[in-house]
Amino acid sequence: MAALAAVTLLSLAACATDEPAASPSGSASAAAGSGTGDQSKFFVQADYDAELGLLDAAATGPADKPWEQVLNPTMVDTAKFKKNGPHKICFSNAALNNPWRQVGFKTMQAEVEAQKSRIKEFVHVDAEGKDQKQIADINDLLGKGCDALIVSPNTTATLTPAVEAACQAGLPVVVFDRGVNTKCPVTFINPIGGYGFGHVGAEFVSQKMKPGGKVLALRILPGVDVLETRWSAAKVAFDKAKVDVVGVEFTDGDPAKTKKIVDDYIQRYGTIDGVWMDAGAVAVAAVEAFQDAGKRVPPMNGEDQLDFLKIWKDKNLTAIAPTYPTYQWRTPIIAALRILDGEQVSNPWKLPQPTITQDNLDRYLDPNMPPLHYAMCGCTDLPGYPQRWK
Amino acid sequence: MSALSLLPARRPVPGVFVALTLTLVIGWLVVLVDGGQLFNQSTTVSLLHVAAGLGLVAVGQTLVILGGSLDLSVAYVISLSTLVAAETMNGSDGALMPAIGLALAVSAAVGLLNGLLVTKFRVNAFIATLGVGLLLKGYLDSGYDGPAGTTSPTLVQTLGYQRIGPVPLSFLLLVAVTGAAWFALSRTRFGHHLVAVGGDPEVARLSGVRNDRVLVTAHVLCSLCAGLAGIYLASRLGSGAPRVGTEGLYDLESIAAVVIGGTALAGGRGGVIGTVGGVLLLASIDAIFNQLEVDAFFKQVIRGVIIIAAVAVYARRAMRKAA
Amino acid sequence: MQTVQPRSLPLRLPRVRPGGVLPILAILAVLLVLVAIRQPDFLAPSSLMSFLGRSAPIILLAAGQYFVIVSGEFDLSVGSLVTAQVVVAARLIDGDPARTWPVVLLLLAFGAVVGLVNGLITTRLRVPSFITTLGMFLILVGAVYLWSDGAPKGQLSEEFRRFGRRAVEDVPLLGRVPYALMVLVVLAVAAVLLMRSDFGRTLVAVGDNPRTAELSGVRVWRTRTIAFILSGLAAAVAAILLGGYSGVSFQAGAGLEFGAITAVVLGGVALGGGRGAVVGAMLGALTLELLFALMNFYGVSGALRSTVQGAIILLAVAVSATRSSSR
Repeated sequence: MAALAAVTLLSLAACATDEPAASPSGSASAAAGSGTGDQSKFFVQADYDAELGLLDAAATGPADKPWEQVLNPTMVDTAKFKKNGPHKICFSNAALNNPWRQVGFKTMQAEVEAQKSRIKEFVHVDAEGKDQKQIADINDLLGKGCDALIVSPNTTATLTPAVEAACQAGLPVVVFDRGVNTKCPVTFINPIGGYGFGHVGAEFVSQKMKPGGKVLALRILPGVDVLETRWSAAKVAFDKAKVDVVGVEFTDGDPAKTKKIVDDYIQRYGTIDGVWMDAGAVAVAAVEAFQDAGKRVPPMNGEDQLDFLKIWKDKNLTAIAPTYPTYQWRTPIIAALRILDGEQVSNPWKLPQPTITQDNLDRYLDPNMPPLHYAMCGCTDLPGYPQRWK
Repeated sequence: MSALSLLPARRPVPGVFVALTLTLVIGWLVVLVDGGQLFNQSTTVSLLHVAAGLGLVAVGQTLVILGGSLDLSVAYVISLSTLVAAETMNGSDGALMPAIGLALAVSAAVGLLNGLLVTKFRVNAFIATLGVGLLLKGYLDSGYDGPAGTTSPTLVQTLGYQRIGPVPLSFLLLVAVTGAAWFALSRTRFGHHLVAVGGDPEVARLSGVRNDRVLVTAHVLCSLCAGLAGIYLASRLGSGAPRVGTEGLYDLESIAAVVIGGTALAGGRGGVIGTVGGVLLLASIDAIFNQLEVDAFFKQVIRGVIIIAAVAVYARRAMRKAA
Repeated sequence: MQTVQPRSLPLRLPRVRPGGVLPILAILAVLLVLVAIRQPDFLAPSSLMSFLGRSAPIILLAAGQYFVIVSGEFDLSVGSLVTAQVVVAARLIDGDPARTWPVVLLLLAFGAVVGLVNGLITTRLRVPSFITTLGMFLILVGAVYLWSDGAPKGQLSEEFRRFGRRAVEDVPLLGRVPYALMVLVVLAVAAVLLMRSDFGRTLVAVGDNPRTAELSGVRVWRTRTIAFILSGLAAAVAAILLGGYSGVSFQAGAGLEFGAITAVVLGGVALGGGRGAVVGAMLGALTLELLFALMNFYGVSGALRSTVQGAIILLAVAVSATRSSSR
């Protein structure tokens, strides 16, 4: 009880708050627009249309450096952030808990090394996939005299207040990968996004398989925004092509579970005519399930991980690999340095999102890289390649 | 150690505070050598926020563990509570109190279910709370695609971000809850009975304790604490989050904090003060490693070693005392 | 409870004993009927064989977990041990078939050593096994990520993968028999024989009442440590089969410890020790796997699966617990 009294007494005395003035504008439950059955509530028709439009947009920027390219740029002024270098750049990272983030982070570190004349210190804090920790991390970084803050948010809605607080601290904030529900960062960098990814895979599968065939959709987890958008776009494409989606299953990214699921579906339907997946992590396991059951591997999509590209080439699969390029980890460093130079940058900074097809497969398939490396890392010109990524 | 001997022999100050002090001193020095500052304002605030979230859960976990039980469903209760609170508030201050009430009521109901399964249906606590956790997981997975609801702005401004000097309001809430739990354990009949049930259920029964009722109460209180942690997290995140509990590993971390704090996993021995020490120790290690940018995986190894070592030390002490 | 009675009741009625395998057989039969209704060709020899083959790792883990649980302890480290083993195997073999057998031996030794450490910390340092193995879990996961810089490296050889992926073709009557199934059968028989031996009886006695066992001359700490070693070895074999089945990944062993404990409890084995049969534990694992296949066949939404799983576990355990306590 004494503690309670102390609380009241103290709160009457010196008060301070870290809360940003603007209240969190969390409009997490976006309206479902398509009306196609149980569409994900993350589906936003306008975003979907915009992303599909971007798939054909021409990029501005150096042709051989997709990580510096921008689709439909809208430049913003950054003169007020101009500062003399070398700089201290801080990075609040959502997690390092999967190969995609590992490859991305190594690429980012290499970019920092490539720019070492301009960066005196690079501080990295890993939130280990915890929203609560990332909020604390961002707050912590604000007290460290960073010249620019890069954030890769763990969750869109819940990290918004923390990012707003960071913006108000006056330093330039760059957000990439997942977004936040606020316009306050100087720029938000990401590739075209989940709708584009899901659409490319689903369109390929429905075109290549026999008409009216059965498709199995394999997803990693429910409720992850970037993965939800992939599936909702695929759903639209499948609905339009009148494809029979016989199952939508969650694999947890576990290859053993994936094989069991695919095995049971082959058993249940005799044959599966197409496989769509929202991420490439278990693509090889799905291929093996067909091989082990003595069936032809149907048209399917994977991602740009090398194990999939290799089995695609070796077994001559009918496949496609939409990507969510890891080269986007280079861009925030480049953007931060441009902002600190007072140069204009685009906001949003939409990066191109190339697709690996039969035609360009050989260009991306480097048999010397490890099986879980992502081919679209844009890292071959960076210091330490290839050893750093092995 | 003479100061310690003034305290009642039954409840010595756990060694966790010695470890905490050592960790902070060494950490401060190492960070200083590294060119940083461990106790600056923003780091301290962050540390106490992390401690507040885990602490609320761990205090509740202490109660069930003292009674010889266990709760593996807390992570899901936390997530559920953030959602119930944020969705009921729906961004308005008007629904603040009903939302908090509802979130706590739902949490208490889960605790009641846990308690009844453990006592009336005699399901082992490990399996009972694991099963209840799976039930809740299914509900959360199928009902939610991501964050939902909006926490009332007042709650965000107060519990979420308000602080007094470097001490966040949420940490004071933890202090208050710990104080209440300490009082309940050491000064009320419920507390004595709970410890008795955890120590030896048969003896407790023979001496007239209604074991089932005591254990059910402990489970309800544990879930209430998890619910409270959920409300705090909702105020921090600005919305309800269906995976915040599991992502934060609140189930295993809370148990770890409890045993590091000197409470015996078998029940009947320990207390909430030690648990808070355990929570602060884990949070300090987090903060120090953050400052030094130590790899998260290495941190995990260190955590594993600390948990085992801490309990081994307590076990050794208990053996010596028995000898 | 004071004496370990030899099972020589003059007339044994076929009634449900606590810790008996009858309830789990009943559940298994119900699930099989449900599968047969929906998917009759699942019961065809070849698909049944492949189902049993792919279930072998979790069944072996359940058997390993059984030894620990019946002796009165817990092993939460098996899932992380499986992950660690698979990742270590991939990096050490690195696609070179010649290294297959040495690495297999190394994995078995690695499993045994982890079990030994778990056992010694639990018994000699008196750390509750829940904490010991939870700590080991954190250490193994952290260490294996640290060692491989966050992404598995190298790859398993085809020779290594054969155990979990390939089968003996054209067996009369049965069709193709997976190697994993043969490994399972051999080890299952060994486990049953072990539980019938002196060691098995001692193990149950230790779990039932360690003090009595101690007084009757059993070295409790040694018995329990051996149980942990057996669990570590089972995890090693499971890792070899699982790595073979699906290849290398950090997800290889995720959640398997809870799966194995659930299976053991479902099989009528009491947490806390002293009651239950190893056959029950293995049948529990089989039931759990069948339940997942069943949900695939019936198209239960992926997100709702954990609810179904939780409800069945609670129901099964509550029913058997209330029945045994009302006797």
